[in-house]
Order: sequence, then structure tokens, then C-alpha cells
Amino acid sequence: MSSPVLRPAGAAAVMADFGDVFDDDVYAQVVALDQAIQAAPPAGLCETVPAYTSLLIVFNPILTDHETVSRHVLRLPATPKRRAAGSKLHEVPVCYDGDAAPDLAAAALQLKIAPDTLVKAHLEAEYRVYMYGFAPGYAYLGGVPERVHLPRKAAAVRGYPVGSVMVAGAQCLITTLPMPTGWWVIGRTPLRVLDPTADRPFLFDPGDRVRFTRVGAEALA
Amino acid sequence: MSRTLLRIVDAGPMITVQDAGRPGWRRFGVPPSGPVDRRAFAAAVGACGGSASAIELAPGGMTFICQENPVAMAVTGAARAVVNGVDVAGWTIVTVPAGATCSLRIDEGCWGYVSFAGQLVAPSWLGSRSTHLIAGLGGGKVSAGDTVEIADPRENLASVTLPPAPDRPPAGLFRAVIGPQQAYFGQNAVPLLTSASFVATSRFDRMGRGIDGPPLRPLRIDMPSGPAVRGALQVDGEGRISLLTADHQTTGGYPRIAVVIEPDIDALAQLPSGAQVRFQMISAAEAIAETRAAAERERIWLAKIAAGVRERQPLMMANLADGTAVGPGTGR
Repeated sequence: MSSPVLRPAGAAAVMADFGDVFDDDVYAQVVALDQAIQAAPPAGLCETVPAYTSLLIVFNPILTDHETVSRHVLRLPATPKRRAAGSKLHEVPVCYDGDAAPDLAAAALQLKIAPDTLVKAHLEAEYRVYMYGFAPGYAYLGGVPERVHLPRKAAAVRGYPVGSVMVAGAQCLITTLPMPTGWWVIGRTPLRVLDPTADRPFLFDPGDRVRFTRVGAEALA
Repeated sequence: MSRTLLRIVDAGPMITVQDAGRPGWRRFGVPPSGPVDRRAFAAAVGACGGSASAIELAPGGMTFICQENPVAMAVTGAARAVVNGVDVAGWTIVTVPAGATCSLRIDEGCWGYVSFAGQLVAPSWLGSRSTHLIAGLGGGKVSAGDTVEIADPRENLASVTLPPAPDRPPAGLFRAVIGPQQAYFGQNAVPLLTSASFVATSRFDRMGRGIDGPPLRPLRIDMPSGPAVRGALQVDGEGRISLLTADHQTTGGYPRIAVVIEPDIDALAQLPSGAQVRFQMISAAEAIAETRAAAERERIWLAKIAAGVRERQPLMMANLADGTAVGPGTGR
């Protein structure tokens, strides 16, 4: 595996960067380094944040420094695996019908395919939880089949409920907050990626895999 | 158990309950939140010696009526208080009598704090009462019509003016470390960042603050979304800078040209709109040394605040109820 480039990210963090081209091998290296750090954390570690091609390593600047953390990180044995150990497969039920799929028809029209063809393409893929971002519980899933990639809408639209399943480009996301979005809402799930009242409030870990299954509108009730 | 109820008469749109923050959850999209100005918050909480939570004040301010029992409060940051029509300024401890109307306004800055001598009752999420404003999770937003409970209120604190904070950055000079995404910029971008004069804008919220100046247009905007940190100077496709603050996005696709060092982040977020800003790049090792030195000065300052808090002598009681005698902040 290639070593990441380590750069300071302010006074209290180091960014481990595996390049600016994203693919599954690069991401496997991010996950491997993340797991290696969790298994053998450097003194003064606060937390790590994985993303597509980089891992943020946050430390307490009173207890340690960039150089000490970097040296520790570069010495870790990190063996990337395409499917990192312990990565879970989640089944997420989605209703693609009626009010639950407000953008399905328009998205299919833009792709010049039937709505059901888009649904089928969305269902047949396996997705990976690459990272969280934007807001609590916003898990970015990669793996939307290339033939149904859509650009974002020109302007964000309001009023989508929590649990909206939406796509843009290669990415898919399940909303945890009612927020405006420029992505295409093609379905809705009764599952909550973020359950604020739970002890373990987040459904996915970065690196996990996701498959969608089709359910009827009654599953949303 | 005694209590005081604060009936909120009006409140700006960004008034929230905060404690020291919620670290450790960024990998799930949850930023640390907590106060935008951590030092002013620590002073407010330290001055009341009770609750670990305070109310963060923002433009629009907040007015409340103190019901049931009197309570001492500490006001810090850019906030100043008017109690029953009497101006008690900011950076003071003062007792609000039962029945009094207290108005807190932001003045010369963006963020203020009011903490109460007692326990501020608010919900906790993931072990913290800090509020993530757009999600509404944590202690929560404070809005007109709400009632905030202070359990076990104390009123026996002497009115005190708090000692001034140490080492605010000199004359609008903010120190930063280059990167981590400097490769997305041309070679004249960092020299421009360190030589040009910038302005702290009125575009701010709990996620970040707009900084105006000459555009630092990135060479490309095709960066894969990466983790972001508080203090980052994030540059959009037009070259506009935002400082990321307490509720920042945990990941994002705009490159960060530099990151302001820990002791200077909150002071930049707190600057009055229109204030001049300059940036100085320092090494990571210097950033560590400056951060440790600032933390030590802050520790000494907070100890001084804690030591200065004392019980009020009953006969010298400052009486705000009739407006005849007030704390040392009077008239400023």
C-alpha cells in the first residue's frame, strides 16, 4: 500500500491524504488506516474522520503534536481490504411509489428511461457508506449505476421529509433532517439512519455496505 | 427544590443552549458544536460556578422575565444586559430579581453568553447539551414563548466585573497554518492571503463566517469531499473565503487553503462586522507552541475569575429592583 501524504490541518489535526482520485482501492486504504489507528491510537488522539480519499486525525495539541502523531501513523501496519473486516451489509426498505417518490418521474424523464427502469437500476446495485457529512447522520453512499447518474437540480427544493432516498451522480443519500436539497428524491424509507433517542444513534458505520429492497406505501405508515 | 423560570419574551433566530461541546462524533456527521466563542463561554460558566451550560446569544438578542426566584447571572462575550431598565453592561455578574425583565443585546461583536448560578435544565444528546442549530439536537434553540428552567438558583453572588481576557490577537492579525488543500490553488494564492487586507462580514451563523477580500479562486473545484476542521479557511469556486466554526460541516468538497490556529479562531468569529482582518502563516510547530501558551494564559485567567466570585454581603446588597444601586458595570 502507498503511504498517505500527511499534512497539518490547523493546530490540532493531521490530514492523511491518499490522493485526489477516488476509487475503491483508495477508499480501502482510508478504511484500513482508520482501523489501524483505532486498534493502536497514538497518545492524545481525539477522533478520526474518514472520507473518500483522506482521513482526518484530530489530536489534543496540549498533549501531542503533528510530528509525533504523524510518526506513529506512518509506522502502523495497514493492510487494505476491499471489504474491510467487520463491514456490515444493511438492507434498507424503500417505497418508490406515489408521494414517497416525488422526483422519480422527472428523473426518469431526464434519463429517457421508464420510472421502473430507474427503480430497478437503483435496486440492483450494492452501495458503500463512504462517509458522513453535511449534517448529523447524512451518510454518503456510493454505487449508483453509471447509466442512471443525474446532475444535481439547478436549485435546491424544500419540503422533503426525513427518510427521503435521493440520488445525484454516483451518490445516494437518506435524509435525516427536513432540509432543502438539489438531489432527486426517488423514494422514501421508514428506516432512520439517525435515531436521536437511541444509545447507538447511527445506523451505518463508514465502510459498511447497503442494499435497497422495494416495499409498498403501507411500510411507511 | 427551588427553581427559577425564565419566560422568554423575544429571542433572535440563533439563540441556543450550549455546553463545552460534543467532541468525538464527527465521523457520523456531527460537529463538536458548543460555543462559537469558547473563551467567553468559559468565563460565563466559571463566573457562576454551577451549571456547565449557558445560553449563547446572537444578533437579535433575548428578553426574558425572571419568574419565581431571583438568580445571579454572568454576561460575557459581545452581550450586554439591561435589567429593569438599568444598564449593567457586559462582562459582569449581576443578580436578576424575581419579576424583573432582563434584556440581553449584542454589541461590538457577534456572540454573547449568559450563564446562571444554578442548573440550566435542558436536554442532552450524545452526552452534551450543546445545540446543533440546524438539526435542533442537544440543549435546544431558545425562542420567544419558551420557558427555561434554572434549578437550585442562587442569588447570593456579589456583583463583579470580570477581568479582561488575555491576548486577543493584536490588531486584527490572525495566525494560520497553510493547508491541507493548498495544492488546489495557484502559487500566488498564499502570498495574496498573507498580504491582502480582508473584512469580517455580516454573513455568519453557527456554521461559519464569510470573510471578504480579493478572490482566491481555486485552480479546480473537483476535489473529492474531505473532512473539514473548525478554523478552516474554506474557499468556494468564486474564491470567497468562509471561516468554519462550531457547527461546521464535517466533510465538504471546497478546498481549505489554511486553518486558523486554535487560540485565534473564536476571536475571528467574534469580530464586529466590517472589522479588518489580516492573516499570518506560521508553522505547525509554532501553532502547537502558541496554542499551549494561550491555553496556559486562559487557565490562569479562568482561575482568577473563579477566585473573584464571592458571596454578597447582605448589607451591601446591590438592589436592582428599585434601580438605586447596581453592580460595578453601571454606566459603561
